[in-house]
Amino acid sequence: MHKKTLAQLSAALQAKEISSVELTQEFLARAKQFNEQTNAYITITEDLALQQAKEADARIAAGNTQALTGIPLAHKDIFCTDGIKTSCGSKMLDSFIAPYNATVIEKFNAAGAICLGKANMDEFAMGSSNENSFYGVVKNPWDLNCVPGGSSGGSAAVVAARMAAAATGTDTGGSIRQPASFCGISGIKPTYGRVSRYGMIAYASSLDQGGPMAQSAEDLAMMLEVMAGFDPKDSTSAQKDVPQYSAAMNDSLEGVKIGLPKEYFGEGLDAEVATVVETAIEEYKKLGVEFAEVSLPNTHLSVPAYYVVAPAECSSNLSRFDGARFGHRCEDPKDLEDMYKRSRGEGFGEEVTRRILVGTYALSAGYYDAYYLKAQKTRRLISDDFKKAFADVDLILGPTAPTTAFGIGSKTDDPISMYLSDIYTIAVNLAGIPAMSIPAGMAGGKPVGLQLIGNYFDEAKLLNAAHKYQQVTDWHQQMPEGF
Amino acid sequence: MEWEVVIGLEIHVQLACKSKIFSGASTAFGAEPNTQACAVDLGLPGVLPVFNGEAAKMSIKFGLACGCEIAQRSIFARKNYFYPDLPKGYQTSQYEIPIVGKGQIEIQVDENTTKVVGITRAHMEEDAGKSLHEDFAGMTGIDLNRAGTPLLEIVSEPDMRSAKEAVAYMRKIHSLVRYLGISDGNMQEGSFRCDANVSVRPMGQKEFGTRAEIKNLNSFKFIEKAINVEVERQIDLIEAGGEVVQETRLYDSDKDETRSMRTKEEANDYRYFPCPDLLPVVISDEVVTEIQGSMPELPDEKKARFMEQFDLGSYDASLLSSSVESAGYFEKAVDASGGEGKLCANWIMGELQASLNREDMELEQSPVTPDLLGGLVKKIKDKSVTSKIAKKVFEAMWNDEGTADEIVEKYGWKPADASEIEPIIDEIIANNQAQVEQYRSGKEKVFGFFVGQVMKATKGQADPAQVNQLLKSKLAP
Amino acid sequence: MSLQADDVKNIAHLARIAIDENDIPEYAKNLSKILDFVDQLNQADTDGVEPMAHPLDMAQRLRVDEVTEVDQREKFQSISPKVEAGLFLVPKVIE
Repeated sequence: MHKKTLAQLSAALQAKEISSVELTQEFLARAKQFNEQTNAYITITEDLALQQAKEADARIAAGNTQALTGIPLAHKDIFCTDGIKTSCGSKMLDSFIAPYNATVIEKFNAAGAICLGKANMDEFAMGSSNENSFYGVVKNPWDLNCVPGGSSGGSAAVVAARMAAAATGTDTGGSIRQPASFCGISGIKPTYGRVSRYGMIAYASSLDQGGPMAQSAEDLAMMLEVMAGFDPKDSTSAQKDVPQYSAAMNDSLEGVKIGLPKEYFGEGLDAEVATVVETAIEEYKKLGVEFAEVSLPNTHLSVPAYYVVAPAECSSNLSRFDGARFGHRCEDPKDLEDMYKRSRGEGFGEEVTRRILVGTYALSAGYYDAYYLKAQKTRRLISDDFKKAFADVDLILGPTAPTTAFGIGSKTDDPISMYLSDIYTIAVNLAGIPAMSIPAGMAGGKPVGLQLIGNYFDEAKLLNAAHKYQQVTDWHQQMPEGF
Repeated sequence: MEWEVVIGLEIHVQLACKSKIFSGASTAFGAEPNTQACAVDLGLPGVLPVFNGEAAKMSIKFGLACGCEIAQRSIFARKNYFYPDLPKGYQTSQYEIPIVGKGQIEIQVDENTTKVVGITRAHMEEDAGKSLHEDFAGMTGIDLNRAGTPLLEIVSEPDMRSAKEAVAYMRKIHSLVRYLGISDGNMQEGSFRCDANVSVRPMGQKEFGTRAEIKNLNSFKFIEKAINVEVERQIDLIEAGGEVVQETRLYDSDKDETRSMRTKEEANDYRYFPCPDLLPVVISDEVVTEIQGSMPELPDEKKARFMEQFDLGSYDASLLSSSVESAGYFEKAVDASGGEGKLCANWIMGELQASLNREDMELEQSPVTPDLLGGLVKKIKDKSVTSKIAKKVFEAMWNDEGTADEIVEKYGWKPADASEIEPIIDEIIANNQAQVEQYRSGKEKVFGFFVGQVMKATKGQADPAQVNQLLKSKLAP
Repeated sequence: MSLQADDVKNIAHLARIAIDENDIPEYAKNLSKILDFVDQLNQADTDGVEPMAHPLDMAQRLRVDEVTEVDQREKFQSISPKVEAGLFLVPKVIE
């Protein structure tokens, strides 16, 4: 059962070939079995899952189902789940039982989906390897000595090892796409504002976006149809109708123009990864796609710009974690200052502390213009690069990450080296456009992801292009050994 | 050395919205602690702000009333600092682009003096919660009901030159926001809070002296005292060779002095940046026009109208138009009196105010309603009571004895008419022939004796003018 | 941009995060590296460029002024470190 796609599982449930309770039990067993190896889950919500499964079965019996009714999902532990621990991968929230549901969670509940558990992640979504979690590193199911990517490393590992039928993640600088690439699964970061951020613990408010991670573009479409939509509780939520993403998936790619940014194929790109991407390009040509070279000249400024904007916003977003009303409070604070400093010092890990300090510095008196303002202006240059490119092409294609999954501990000494693993993904968040990663091959026994980038609200085009590719290849159906 | 005082005021006005500026929790005063602090107000992980459009409308109303520039595109900014009553660790406010820009307002300094004070800007922001320092064994209790209440911070130009001007400005703004219906201005409940920036400089000097900020002045009385005492402190300090430090101070009303407040650090780096969870507030021309159209008659307009319509002096008109309540009372009374503006004004500012003061009452609590007062004034005007009787009628009305008509009827205080007065005069003349002779022989002063006698006999219920006229004709040789 | 220990301490104070004295040099080193890295932004010619605060060119939605939230004090305070008489308790502020 665990190998079936969401569409297949949905059909099986509706045909009563299997009940949601049985399906949930199967995935629960897998989750528990493989969690020790992978550490992909922080919390497995067995009781809740079985209760929801019972309710789903009742709905199915009454003929009152939706596409995802009865299907077990994992949620990145960044989404608030009412009555359930929501840790955001941090000691700061180790004791935090969320008192409300994120809008995304409400939507999944309304659709009848099952919450199997909360997936591990880099602390407060800051990281590219899931080595920054208070709950320990997540191991890549393809190579347990390697990282799954981050920050949605747990979600990616869950899907790769089929420890749930699909998962949710969030992407601020590549945190859905890069782990999807490292773990050989599909993931999409929707257009900024497409998915509600209410209840999704904020890292960098103008960059964060929640999205699905699953086995295939088809599965992503089903997930996105539930997740997307205007939310009055989120001021940055777009008031745009959600198209039926599944509808246009099969459109021919004949005549579709895809741009290849010359900046994405230069120095820093692993030769084997490049080869996989080139092979994928050939597949697309067979599907009728026309390729053209495009230039995104400010690409090299995207990582520096990001590492001013994101830390600045996070330094402010994380000020609420002060030990006063929820979360970790240090023992025996001797006064208010002591409570703040020790609670935060004890609650936050090193990377989070680093980014808060950078952000605080960038916003402080005398430095605002040189750093924050400069970065926001650069951001516009980067966004304009994409605007220009999309005047000539429908989509943009390239590698998701410069390498395959790297070894655990191999980049932890050098933050900059870690940051540069997001070099192809970060510009997308700065612009706010949608992008996805799909598996396109292997290099050194580890998955390689292909990135597709679209214009604002062009998720349907992206999913279509991904799906057509997945119809003529089977990388997305591969599973790591031992799972 | 002659010193000049320079004062600027920052007034925080709680806007009369039903719900908070960024959440749907209630803003009602007096609820049990933390029962009106929803997830957004508490700053729980993952929550987001959604802006209450009414706050923008109310702010624009204020801006239009003071002839201010309205920013049809304004930005919310985060002011970052740590304090327990600030749950998110930042206050959402407006920094570089506030919704209301430069404008001005005229204040009545005293009976004969008005002055124009500039308004620098007014911006929207969220209020913080409350800290309770007693009763918790060395800990502080935090109530976040107030967190998120919409505030309009009104910043004046440093145009005021005395505590008196500062109070006049504060009163004017207080009256204006209540007139506009954008705030109840209740200082006890914290709906209207004032900070004063005070500095001194040698008369004639162009540069401003270093200023000190006196925070949280919540009464007209205190602000005047606080400013005066601070000015004295600064002058004494400078004259003794010291320097004024730029700092925040609190006014101690018991000791009548200001003292330095060191909790909020002197050099706070607020690290302002545009709030990424909120978008630019864009207000269309149509909406501004609509708001302009819905503005009530403003105090200054009312004052001018009172002066013209009822021939009132500037000071009287100013007093009567100073609050919605007094203006309303006045207008109703005038109506009930059949248009007698001047008389009503006199009675309101005289007898009525005296009675209110004596009983320590607000106008709204007066047992003498505008209808009752107007009714009395009507009778004074048509001479159906004398002014002496009117005072007695007023007292009876104050004691809830009914309308003027009812009271006059009850006590038989109808003024005597000619047919009643004449026989009395005849009798007095008959009984006082000697005085009659004296008057007729030219002793004009004796007239007063007859007036006195008639008034006594009629128990003051005779119209003096009428008595005079009748006496004169009857005493004529 | 090279940050010294004192710089780190000042920033940590602004951010209210306690950092162990022994860790300060490492933070100083890493933060300096990051700031050097982001200095690349100076290469960009941003004269006359509007800063981009949001990806979408949208205006703020205006919410209707009505009360929509109910009292959930008990639930929200059930996860608090210290509560008494409905108030959140924190160590006293030194005045």
